[in-house]
Amino acid sequence: MIHVFLIIFLITLFYFSIANRLLTYIKVLALQGLVLFAVSLMQLSEINTLNLILILLETIIFKSVAVPFFLAYVLKRNRITREAEPFVPNFVSLIVVTLIIVSTVLLSYSIHDVHLDRMFFVVALSSLLTGLYIIASRRKIITHVMGYMIIENGVFILSLAVGNEMPAMVNLGIMLDIFASVLILGIFLNKIGDVFKDVDIDQLSNLKDY
Amino acid sequence: MTLAYIITALTTGLIIFLNRSRIVNYSMLILFIIAQILFTAFVFSSKGITQLSYFTFDAIGILLLCAMTVISVPAAWHGYIYIKTHEETRQSRAIYFSALIFLISAISLGVVSNHIAVTWILTEITTLSASALIYHHRNKLALEGVWKYVFICAISITFVYVGILFLNLSLRETGSHDLSFASLIQHRSQLNPFWLKMAFLFIFTGFTVKMSLVPMFTASIDAKDLAPAPAGALMATGLINLGFIGFFRVYTIMANTPLHTWTNIVIGATGILSVFLAAVYMLRVKNIKRMFAYSGMEHMGLAMIGIVSGGIGYYAAILHIILHTFIKSGLFFQFTQIYRVYQNKNIDFTGYYFRYNLTGALALLAGYFCITAIPPSGMFVSEFLIFRSLFDSHMFIVMIVLFVLLTTIIWIFGKNMFRLLFQPPVEFDESTVPKISPWESASQFALFAIALWIGFNPPVWFTALLKESVMMLPN
Repeated sequence: MIHVFLIIFLITLFYFSIANRLLTYIKVLALQGLVLFAVSLMQLSEINTLNLILILLETIIFKSVAVPFFLAYVLKRNRITREAEPFVPNFVSLIVVTLIIVSTVLLSYSIHDVHLDRMFFVVALSSLLTGLYIIASRRKIITHVMGYMIIENGVFILSLAVGNEMPAMVNLGIMLDIFASVLILGIFLNKIGDVFKDVDIDQLSNLKDY
Repeated sequence: MTLAYIITALTTGLIIFLNRSRIVNYSMLILFIIAQILFTAFVFSSKGITQLSYFTFDAIGILLLCAMTVISVPAAWHGYIYIKTHEETRQSRAIYFSALIFLISAISLGVVSNHIAVTWILTEITTLSASALIYHHRNKLALEGVWKYVFICAISITFVYVGILFLNLSLRETGSHDLSFASLIQHRSQLNPFWLKMAFLFIFTGFTVKMSLVPMFTASIDAKDLAPAPAGALMATGLINLGFIGFFRVYTIMANTPLHTWTNIVIGATGILSVFLAAVYMLRVKNIKRMFAYSGMEHMGLAMIGIVSGGIGYYAAILHIILHTFIKSGLFFQFTQIYRVYQNKNIDFTGYYFRYNLTGALALLAGYFCITAIPPSGMFVSEFLIFRSLFDSHMFIVMIVLFVLLTTIIWIFGKNMFRLLFQPPVEFDESTVPKISPWESASQFALFAIALWIGFNPPVWFTALLKESVMMLPN
């Protein structure tokens, strides 16, 4: 059953590559949060109640509700246009994401580790690389933030792979997630929205070598 | 003592942030600096001791902590001058000094931490405090800089975290879950090589943003350019050292496994590429602060090559980093005076510096000779040792490439510095030049003198600590 959810997570990555509207991105991020909760609930069978509550807060409350809500608020407040405006056609993005997933699958077969569930590794690494690709191929700052969220979700899956033996690592990951997201979203997106009226990375090109 | 230091840093930082009275701010700053010196003295005299489970005072930690404390005193002093001369508001002063305290204490604790997760958490704190310093001027450019810095740092700390997870996976077969450096070294022969390779790649890439190395160097260059120069001095030296120690401790583990050669190829390629890119950027850069920042990238690249060459190269690399800490911070402190004279960072709008600020010009000239490793600079010794080590390990092509790149850097750095010192400025109104006290350059001369002293005539304790730092590395 865990694998079914992990495959759903992989499908969301494909969906990211072809989605056009920013609201779709936000909805898919919320869906990823729910999938992550399901995966952690099934994977972390030996975990204590306190940690489980923390994970519930992180996945459902933070990833599925707070972050999507905040992103939607930022979209509305700064009147950001609805299109994601990628530099490359969606078809190319789809091929790139497919290549990423195929290569991580191939890489996973070179691992000689009986303890590891390969599926976790494939999904986590694919998500990390897809997040980086989304950051590199989209024009708006807010899509960069969404790309970062995808990376975070991938990293969370990887931390679940070791979660039973080292619950502290999962907590550390949650700490990173909240720290970085609050820093990026909470402080700067608001500021950037105020200062740079149309939030586009082309405007962030004044800082250079002269 | 470590707990007392942490409490003092937190309390003084928070009091400065909350109570914005000038007297309270400066007295808290002085209190913190005293705590910093006492903590360093304690660490220095308690080698090998572990406190609060996560802080072990080993040789390399002591060396980098001492270097950090030596530069944090003038950094606080120049920060005071900076705030005074820029007529800052109460709010910006409070944020500046509290962020400075958090930055200094996070770096100081990070260099003596014995656990990769603790180093990682402290690196996160430096990102937070450094971003407050970068955003000090609160203009459009500062916002752009801080956004890029935070975003790239967020990605890189995520990379380090992924690396830590992989380290965890590599430990699985040993049955241990202890991620302290001592435990990793102890289990080195049983670590899973695949996961170890992945872990190193992610951790190294993550720390390059702090170390100013390829591939994540851009954000750190912007940071040093935009932060006020006294804070930039800490980012160009102390923060780089924190990134270095994070990398170095993992490298020590790698060097004791069969993956040593593979690791050397990775960091060797990064080192050469960093020196090459630093040389290329320095050829076209006109902004004095960015030039200093790229010079830091060059020196870190050199240190990486020193480590790759092995043998005496390890020793030389750490010596190089410590000398760089003193000299580069001196140059950044000197920059505050240059900016006060010309109100411009662009080298094309400067000139005749000797006429406007004689002591400052002498300090700058001395700084130029020191940073380019021209004798009698202390850095000449470390660079010479790096080249000797390259010669011993028959890496002749690397040597030739480095010679060409370093010559280019010395030439372009010299061309720009001599323009600033001796050529007439363009469209410059001399009546606006402020009077600068010669005493403001005293700390720079002192830092260059320390670099000269430990380069040519290192004290016995210093050499012993350096040797002990590289003891775990194979020849």
